[in-house]
Amino acid sequence: MTVKELAEALSLKILTNESQPELDREISGVYVGDLLSRAMSRVEADNLWITIMSNVNVIAVAALTDPACILLCEDVEADDDVRARACENGITLLGSPRSAYELCVEYHKQIDTFS
Amino acid sequence: MSEAVKFRFDVDGSDFSSAGAASVMVKKKLRQLGYPPEIIRKVSIAMYEGEINMVIHANGGTAEVEVYDDVIIITLSDTGPGIPDVALAMQEGYSTARENIRTLGFGAGMGLPNMKKYTDSMEIDTRIGEGTTITMKVYL
Ligand SMILES: Nc1ncnc2c1ncn2[C@@H]1O[C@H](COP(=O)(O)OP(=O)(O)OP(=O)(O)O)[C@@H](O)[C@H]1O
Ligand SMILES: [Mg+2]
Repeated sequence: MTVKELAEALSLKILTNESQPELDREISGVYVGDLLSRAMSRVEADNLWITIMSNVNVIAVAALTDPACILLCEDVEADDDVRARACENGITLLGSPRSAYELCVEYHKQIDTFS
Repeated sequence: MSEAVKFRFDVDGSDFSSAGAASVMVKKKLRQLGYPPEIIRKVSIAMYEGEINMVIHANGGTAEVEVYDDVIIITLSDTGPGIPDVALAMQEGYSTARENIRTLGFGAGMGLPNMKKYTDSMEIDTRIGEGTTITMKVYL
């Protein structure tokens, strides 16, 4: 499933540029977590990274670990600076009011339909 | 062996928002130079953790990366407070990060353990009140 397909299937808000080519990235695997030095060693390339952290340091971690996208759960907002920094680094930020758990369950259901 | 490529960065200790910038730059360079992804991953993790530690614990410092065909050497030097008990600091979960820093997502106490885990060698030279120099090597 691509990032764009995920956003549509789970009704996610796209917080970065909607015409970014990274929206076509294929997602593989999920990491859920907010502690940056744990995320640093656990987020793998092409992952869906679900977190409540939305500061610029998250963007630095993503620039280094290369997840397919970052999904901010529980209605966490990203300020303009963070969005701009994400765009510069080719990182897609998505948002949802739902919890990390609900999003994981929903994503899991979706990959069954997509494969 | 070909000539080493060297990078040197000043890491600003007062600016949290740019923390990690040197590591991101090194990652991009290593990609351009065609290094394998698993080597880039190791260097990125180790350098990022060291860079962040200089920002949050030592008021900044310098980062130097020497790139050879068979090894990448990362040297991080600061003039911060030093690490009183290195064995304790190396333990997973040990952190002296303050509350305001923890709310940003730091302070899991995993930085130094990550640096050790993702490099082939790591040396810590630290003096109380003078500073800390950490040298890490990743072999290809
Ligand atoms: N350059 C440094 N100068 C002084 N003290 C340091 C330095 N690097 C690490 N420390 C000390 O070692 C402790 C452990 O470092 P480590 O990177 O493992 O965890 P952390 O930085 O507290 O949290 P995390 O890296 O998980 O966000 C720090 O809390 C700090 O007390
Ligand atoms: Mg640390």
